[in-house]
Amino acid sequence: MLSVLALTSVVLLGIASQTTAIVVYTSWERHALVGTDVRLSCSFFSWKWTSPDVTFSWHYRPDGAKDSIAIFHYAGGAPYVDNKGPFRDRLEFVGNPSRRDGSILIKNVDFGDNGTFTCDAKNPPDIAGSPSNVRLLVFEKVPVQAGVITGAIIGVVLGLLILIVAIYYLMRFLVARRVFSLSMSKHGKKGKGKEGSQQKQALAVTDPAKLKAAASEKKKQESRREKK
Amino acid sequence: MLAILLATIVLHLTDLIILFIATCANAWRTHGVTNYDLWYDCTQNNGGYQCRGTSDADWLQAVQALMVLATVFCLISFIIFLCQLFTLVKGGRFFFTAVFQVLASLFVMSGAIIYTVMSPEWKNENDAYGYAFVLAWLAFPLTLISGFIYIVLRKKE
Repeated sequence: MLSVLALTSVVLLGIASQTTAIVVYTSWERHALVGTDVRLSCSFFSWKWTSPDVTFSWHYRPDGAKDSIAIFHYAGGAPYVDNKGPFRDRLEFVGNPSRRDGSILIKNVDFGDNGTFTCDAKNPPDIAGSPSNVRLLVFEKVPVQAGVITGAIIGVVLGLLILIVAIYYLMRFLVARRVFSLSMSKHGKKGKGKEGSQQKQALAVTDPAKLKAAASEKKKQESRREKK
Repeated sequence: MLAILLATIVLHLTDLIILFIATCANAWRTHGVTNYDLWYDCTQNNGGYQCRGTSDADWLQAVQALMVLATVFCLISFIIFLCQLFTLVKGGRFFFTAVFQVLASLFVMSGAIIYTVMSPEWKNENDAYGYAFVLAWLAFPLTLISGFIYIVLRKKE
């Protein structure tokens, strides 16, 4: 009885503590080429239903700076985009708040956009939680990851090798089958008396390896006869 | 006949060992206690090694791939040689073995050439080529000779 009470109280406490914490998700790092558009995604997990008063806010802190500036805010069902700061005319809201998506799109990124973007989401009454950071790295040329080219070359060459071996054995098998069917038709024209045993012999030699072995054995027998 | 067979096997095994060392040892380029390429940049200080991965140069990854492929093909050709030793018809040539061995030598040649051509842009004045680089260049004629021996070699009657 006591154990059941203890268990239920722990579960209730656990649920109670979870209902007051919201968890915000963003990527860890985003790599982008100069001049391209970058979509910074932000989503959240909350035990409560998505409230109509849900808010998203994005802050930006340049690399090396101490303070962050606010660049985007979504509240009361309307997005508010920064029109004075470094992202004026370049920021667009592409999220869907009813689906818990507060993503923004930054167009035409430049090297000055390197920095940390912070997304903070609040879903009343679920407001206690920490915001999440995503780092933006802008490259002139995106470097090839280590090992991609290596793996590609090795994979292609070994794949070609397997393909060639498979084709070789397939051709051998087809040629052996053709030889077998030709020999069958030849024996068929001669008559039926002798073919009883010959057909059985031919039937036994369907495996191309056995065919080769039979051929080499015939050669050995011929060479022995020649020696004699 | 047995002497030729043993010599061929010894040569092939030597090639295999040289290729393994050249591929796996991280000493294509050295600078004092630092050794670079093919896989890490390692510095030795205070009795321990401090390593980080090589930079993502395209040609370096190609050299890595070619060296690994050369080693793999040399190993495959050795296995095929042992197979063909028992299953080949009398008087036949070790064709498959030769093909793989020659391919291995071509791969190691390509890898060594690419590294020789591209690394001067990278290395400083004081860098020296390491023993793995020398072994890679040594492996190329040895594997080529071994491949030609297999083309000429016949299984005795």
